[in-house]
Amino acid sequence: MSFVLWIPLVGPLVFAALSLLLRGSSLRRFVGVAASSAVLVSGLFLISAVLNGDIPEGGGGILRADALSAYMLSVVGAVGLISTWGGLSSAASSRTKNAAGYEALIALFLAAMSLAVLADSIGLMWAAVEATTIATAFLVGHHRTRRSLEAAWKYVILGSVGVAIALLGIVLIYAASVGTDTPTLSWILLSQSTRGLDPALITAGGALAVLGFATKSGLAPMHSWLPDAHSQAPAPVSGLMSGVLLSVALYAILRIQSITNLVIGPEFLRTMLSIAGLLSLLVAASLLIRQRDYKRMLAYSSIEHMGLMAIGVAIGPAALPSVLLYILGHGLIKATLFVLSGRILKIEGTPVIADVRALLVRRPGLAIPWLIAMAAIVGFPPFSIFFSEVGIIMAGWSVGLGGVVGAALVLLLVIFAAFTRLTVQMTIGAPATTVPPSPQAFTPDYSTHGPILPIILALATTATIAFVAEPVGTLLLQATAVLGGTN
Amino acid sequence: MFETFFPQLIGLCTGALLLTSALMVWRHSLLASIRLLALQGVALAALVAVIGIAEGESELGLVSLLILSVKGIGLPWVLAYQSKASIKQIQESTRLNPTAALLAVTLLSILSYVVVSRVFGLGDSSTGHAAPIGLAMVLIGFLLLISRRRARSQLIGFLVLDNGIATTTFLTSGGVPILLEFAVSLDVLLVVLILHVFTGRMRTKFGGTAVDQLRELHD
Repeated sequence: MSFVLWIPLVGPLVFAALSLLLRGSSLRRFVGVAASSAVLVSGLFLISAVLNGDIPEGGGGILRADALSAYMLSVVGAVGLISTWGGLSSAASSRTKNAAGYEALIALFLAAMSLAVLADSIGLMWAAVEATTIATAFLVGHHRTRRSLEAAWKYVILGSVGVAIALLGIVLIYAASVGTDTPTLSWILLSQSTRGLDPALITAGGALAVLGFATKSGLAPMHSWLPDAHSQAPAPVSGLMSGVLLSVALYAILRIQSITNLVIGPEFLRTMLSIAGLLSLLVAASLLIRQRDYKRMLAYSSIEHMGLMAIGVAIGPAALPSVLLYILGHGLIKATLFVLSGRILKIEGTPVIADVRALLVRRPGLAIPWLIAMAAIVGFPPFSIFFSEVGIIMAGWSVGLGGVVGAALVLLLVIFAAFTRLTVQMTIGAPATTVPPSPQAFTPDYSTHGPILPIILALATTATIAFVAEPVGTLLLQATAVLGGTN
Repeated sequence: MFETFFPQLIGLCTGALLLTSALMVWRHSLLASIRLLALQGVALAALVAVIGIAEGESELGLVSLLILSVKGIGLPWVLAYQSKASIKQIQESTRLNPTAALLAVTLLSILSYVVVSRVFGLGDSSTGHAAPIGLAMVLIGFLLLISRRRARSQLIGFLVLDNGIATTTFLTSGGVPILLEFAVSLDVLLVVLILHVFTGRMRTKFGGTAVDQLRELHD
């Protein structure tokens, strides 16, 4: 079974090489889809192995797939598939030289994220997270405009400085393990309770590592790169970054937390993550109310959801199954929304909300999936985000963090109102009367302007997954148990 | 024989690291900063070699060579990749005047001594006593990142920060596993190359490399 661990790493690399070799072929545009499928299929294989009680290891213990890793790998694959399939470029545009680099970098990005979730060493996990910054730097600056260059510069500087702080934290954690018999960065060894790690070093190291990875996962107050990068990157890249890159950074926080919890107890990181989570919700709420750009609106929505997930992580084992389900639901829906926003931007030619009016009358083919996905992202049932949010809030009450989840609930209501207003502004209403009235203005456009199947798949999955107790529920509980939670 | 020299050699290397960081804050010429960065890389490689000899680990010799080639030669060469004549002209206009900046460096160094001795204790080894230097370099790197306006000067700030992390690593734990060391070096090298490409694009799009011009995106 251990060879499956190598597929999500080697597969995308092979496809990346193919993308560079397939000169002038339109097959090149399927590279991203193929790479994501490879990741998804191996993720599902690993899940089935884990559910059978097996924990595949590979590369002499470098790679390891427990329930949490297998689940995260599948999420990376699924969100990657939706983003790349939904944002499939046309055959003509995929023949350019630019497209080769683009597809190759997407595949590299997927490989780096897969390595981050499969690595057993937290050092290797760090290197993989940093590699995601490297792979996405040119993707954010892909359009080569002044704005995208600005976004890319901020992203790389803030991202690498943040991740450098995480490295300092990991180095201190390693220094703590040097005092014991076997110095190690292996996550599985560090999270054995009997090691006697130095509490002062673990506190400082854990705090710095969480701070660093929080930068990468877009938590306030280190979020300022996120709206710029998400709004300037091509739509599939925004979908991937928002849908899984942020969650992969959150996964790193989960792993670090499970080490610090054993040595210094949960209180310290709980305070830190609660503050960061509430601050993220506050930033998102205040900037969503007056938002003018719909891609930036989606970016702030990611900050909001990451904030709530951080609160879930702060709450601990009781909320973790909800957080993990949240990662999948948010990833799929956000990828769908970014793909759709890319299509709207292409057709309408403007990212400004006020300029896109009456979409439901003019372009129902785009407006209907957009409305459904919007309903899912603000947390309407039956979509899984609703159940995750309820789960986190209930768990918060049960462990005595009522104040934190109460404040979060108020901010969520503000965000809900802001979202509803902006969505209504974009979709509902009568089209503006043009003078002279053009004949096209009143022929509704039913075209979806791109593949509709990935969007249907994403929406259907999120609408049903919360009701599937077996094997989803079992898997989530196993993944929580991996992190030291008994629940 | 070596045992008597060891604390002095550690002191010499870490002193050179701190001194080059402080001088980088003081000097405004880009070329001078790049040369200081190269010197810092060499000092870091020397530090690793000294620790390697003291602990008798041949692996650290390899790491020392890696650091010498990446931080001492490779990265400064990438940064200075331009004709000598034009690079000499580039002067940084910082947000802080030199006196205030040097004062800030002093305060940051004191702060890191206080933090490290209070939180972890300095221990009784000579490397433990030098450990605050690493944190001081990280903080000085932040100062450079915040106070500089030019793209390449910010990049130098990032590299000082990274050198600070590496210094902390070697002084507190005698180095991380070599696989991670390779990965870190590769990542830093790639980040610098990417930012270098972006600097070039910035020059063609904006007609300069002052980061202050990047203010079109906001809410």
